Amino acid sequence: MSSTATSPTPAPRKAFRSTDERLLGGVAAGLALHLGVDVVYVRAAFLLATALGGFGAAAYAGLWLILPTDTHLEQSTPGLEAASRQGKRRSGRPRRLEDVGLLVAFGAVALGVAVLGQTVFGGSVVFWPILLGVIGLAVLWRQADEAQRERWVDSTGRIDLVRAVVGRGGTASWARLAVGVGLLLSALVLFALQTGTSGQLGVARDVVVAGVLGVAGLALMVGPWLFRLTGDLSEERAARVRSQERADMAAHLHDSVLQTLALIQKHASDGRTVATLARAQERDLRSWLYGETPPPDTSMASALKAAAAEVEDGHGVPVEVVTVGDAPVTERLRPLVLAAKEAMVNAAKHSGADQVDVFAECAGAQVEVFVRDRGRGFDEATVPEDRLGVRNSIVDRMRRHGGTAAIRTAPGEGTEVRLAMATTPTGGTPTAPSTRTEETA
Amino acid sequence: MTRRSVVVVDDHAMFRTGVKAELGAHPDAVEVLGEAADVDQAVEAVTRLRPEVVLLDVHLPGGGGAEVMRRVGLRQPETRFLALSVSDAAEDVIGTIRAGARGYVTKTITGPELVDAIDRVATGDAVFSPRLAGFVLDAFAGSIEVAQVDEDLDRLTEREREVMRLIARGYAYKEVASELFISIKTVETHVSSVLRKLQLSSRHELTRWASDRRLL
Repeated sequence: MSSTATSPTPAPRKAFRSTDERLLGGVAAGLALHLGVDVVYVRAAFLLATALGGFGAAAYAGLWLILPTDTHLEQSTPGLEAASRQGKRRSGRPRRLEDVGLLVAFGAVALGVAVLGQTVFGGSVVFWPILLGVIGLAVLWRQADEAQRERWVDSTGRIDLVRAVVGRGGTASWARLAVGVGLLLSALVLFALQTGTSGQLGVARDVVVAGVLGVAGLALMVGPWLFRLTGDLSEERAARVRSQERADMAAHLHDSVLQTLALIQKHASDGRTVATLARAQERDLRSWLYGETPPPDTSMASALKAAAAEVEDGHGVPVEVVTVGDAPVTERLRPLVLAAKEAMVNAAKHSGADQVDVFAECAGAQVEVFVRDRGRGFDEATVPEDRLGVRNSIVDRMRRHGGTAAIRTAPGEGTEVRLAMATTPTGGTPTAPSTRTEETA
Repeated sequence: MTRRSVVVVDDHAMFRTGVKAELGAHPDAVEVLGEAADVDQAVEAVTRLRPEVVLLDVHLPGGGGAEVMRRVGLRQPETRFLALSVSDAAEDVIGTIRAGARGYVTKTITGPELVDAIDRVATGDAVFSPRLAGFVLDAFAGSIEVAQVDEDLDRLTEREREVMRLIARGYAYKEVASELFISIKTVETHVSSVLRKLQLSSRHELTRWASDRRLL
């Protein structure tokens, strides 16, 4: 759940178009995220470059063409995806009024600069046609871009051109398509009329230019998916592999749920067994639906959860694990996991508590784990020498590996074991006072 | 303990029945006024019945529990929401709190604990489970993306952080109080203040919050 704090091997950074923060195509937002600057500056830069000769618009269009969209497919879990699809939760950030305000402001500035340019450098006959044409193309392009996220393939498995442009259809899509085409056409007509009246030569030029623009418009309508087809194909392939994995997993889970239900029926009279079975099944389903758990040998949080699951199954006592931050499980930290597990086993076995709470915090150079129960507790002095659990497995193990362990307990007060270990040998000594045990009043 | 009026909102009929049965075992503490299975029904039921507490599922057809809170929201400030969910996804939990819930508990909570949580929420306190406390620590450490956290809201005070850590370690409010040598009331104040920091995301909202309370 909190695996983003320190990932062991950072993947190479790639720029994406942001689908969450976008005003137009998400290029500026994606770029801002990639460069680590505020998105307003990126947008202003694009605008400035557009005002100074149109380069910004060209760059924006180019990046829109090239950059792939960020896919949330990998981040999301099946349970959340399903809930989003069924409209049971809102996904993404809701569009806020201030976003629209920003868009309007940028638009106004752009229009102002354009009009200023036109008045200062003399009116150009092509200005309004170009403006209309650009808006038309933008509408068309954005439309095609949304459609890109749909499956372009019809029921026979072939790419459907209409679906590629209009997506799943709907009046809004068609209306936007019509508006785009209409603007494009009127731009052409306007252009032809203006140049046509200004001289004989214009007529011939009209035909050529109109033809070129028409073809360009057509290419732009169909263009986006053609250009991105290669990138999307590999993504599709990856998605297919994932969905197959999920199908396998679903089959596996259904089997395991059926097994569990059968077992529960068989043990219906034994409340404890039923509870343990239900709990184990819940954990299984939960981790699949909502968990994004990296394998236990790479992540401290996962390792502790795996240990807790084992203790739960072995002793029939629920172990709740809460983690903050995460760290890779290095050779150095492995004893900490083992000691924590031993503490969980002790709590589950001897305390008589009906629940064990585990809290782990990986912050800075230190990892701290607390294992707590509200059970009967014990008097440290009266623990016989032969009960080696606490002394050997926990306190000595931690000390041997340069960590600390402190046990707080008293008869009737429950027990809390605090384990701390620096993540690196030079990472400073953990802040625990010492390995001595202290008693609560 | 005063008798609290409750509306149960969940799209699983079986779960609603279960909760009602569980709450029915405490007739002197909780009265279930009604139930709802989706956002529209929930908004209708909550505005008509005006319960003190709404037990609200996070995932709900029609836009989720957050949508219910958004639509009932300011019209009925005396109604408080307690989120009840199987989803342990951090963004859902934090999102629900930010949408206005006074607390978050998982569906495996026991009957008496639920009754206690309802009473706590009804009196205006916040209900933080260990898991929620963990998410909060994560959120304020920057691991979970909380959209647009303001610099001055970004920080939990050292004391608030301590309280959150103890709750995450499984301490009850009473135990937190004795551990830190403060009163339970002070613990509740700290938790409520953390809740507020979670909910107020932008300066604009903070201003509104402050002016609502005549602090400006």
